[in-house]
Amino acid sequence: MNADLLALATLFTKVGLIAVGGVIALVPEIQREVVEVRGWMDAHTFTTLYTLAQAAPGPNLLLVTLIGWYRAGLAGAMVATLALLLPTSMLTYILSGVWQRLRGAAWLEVVQNGMNSVTVGLIAAAGLLLVRSSAVSVVAVLISLATVLALLFSKVHPLWLLAGGAVLGALGLV
Amino acid sequence: MPVRPSPSTGTPMPSVWEISKGFFTIGINGFGGVLPWARWMMVEQRKWLTPDEFIDMLAMCQLLPGPNICNLSVAVGGRFQGVAGSLAGLGGLLLAPIAIVLIAYTLLLQVAEAPVVIGALHGMSAVAAGLVVALGIKLAMPLIKKRDFAGFACTLAAIAAVGILRVPLLPALAVLMPIGIAVQVLRVWRQS
Repeated sequence: MNADLLALATLFTKVGLIAVGGVIALVPEIQREVVEVRGWMDAHTFTTLYTLAQAAPGPNLLLVTLIGWYRAGLAGAMVATLALLLPTSMLTYILSGVWQRLRGAAWLEVVQNGMNSVTVGLIAAAGLLLVRSSAVSVVAVLISLATVLALLFSKVHPLWLLAGGAVLGALGLV
Repeated sequence: MPVRPSPSTGTPMPSVWEISKGFFTIGINGFGGVLPWARWMMVEQRKWLTPDEFIDMLAMCQLLPGPNICNLSVAVGGRFQGVAGSLAGLGGLLLAPIAIVLIAYTLLLQVAEAPVVIGALHGMSAVAAGLVVALGIKLAMPLIKKRDFAGFACTLAAIAAVGILRVPLLPALAVLMPIGIAVQVLRVWRQS
């Protein structure tokens, strides 16, 4: 196994096992590792990969697939995806039997609320980092702001907003 | 190991093939969030789970490490068909989206220099970033509504540590998770 694949395997195994609150909550950590610590790509490329993963159908996990592809081609995509999924899937498989006995326990809800209060912060941090690295112009920041307002105060589907952003950008306005 | 009851909704037990088909529809429909589709497919369309069972399984999958929807495919597939069901769920969910995103990325590289494409990506990135900020705000609202300001302080601490100070996630979680849980334990204890 070459060094790139090994690095992808170890990074995403580690990241997967501390993935609380879904892949978006992991964005700050993944960006820190692949942009700041390892220098595999710049923050702008990272944001582009994130956007592509978001615009494609399917789970947010595709970000990890794309990072693997960017770093080491098809083998990299497969190694990164499996490194994230295998340990966590095995854990889920084994624990879903035990869960039947834990479900509904009062302390579980308390633990979950405690974890939620932290993971919400991770997601907000991901948002801040993505806004910062996508802020190529004043218009880009205004688009981010308009997106936040649209999502908070209307029921518009996110896909329409992405399409709108693409059109504005293609017209050279961003 | 998962026990394997037939669905409590009274529908016949889904086969490995049906599990992979079900999760395939979730994967390719899941633009901007797969969970609403997951609930629709499993509870309303195919009636594999009751609404309560769905919430219960989702809670487990959110508690465990890993992508929530992938965990859900493993847990639901495993519940009905063991290891083969888990693999069918995970494979059904992921194979098509992975192929689509890799093909899209390869095509994108062909035209990556075109100003129209660069501009479009800039516009979409700004929207994608805004979507995450909005998600963070929406998820934080219940804390404020419950007047759980200590819990909200944990949220702010996580933003500062991971988003601003750029502390690695593992030590940040090692400190913040116990505090976050302790805050909720105290809250329950004070209310009772």
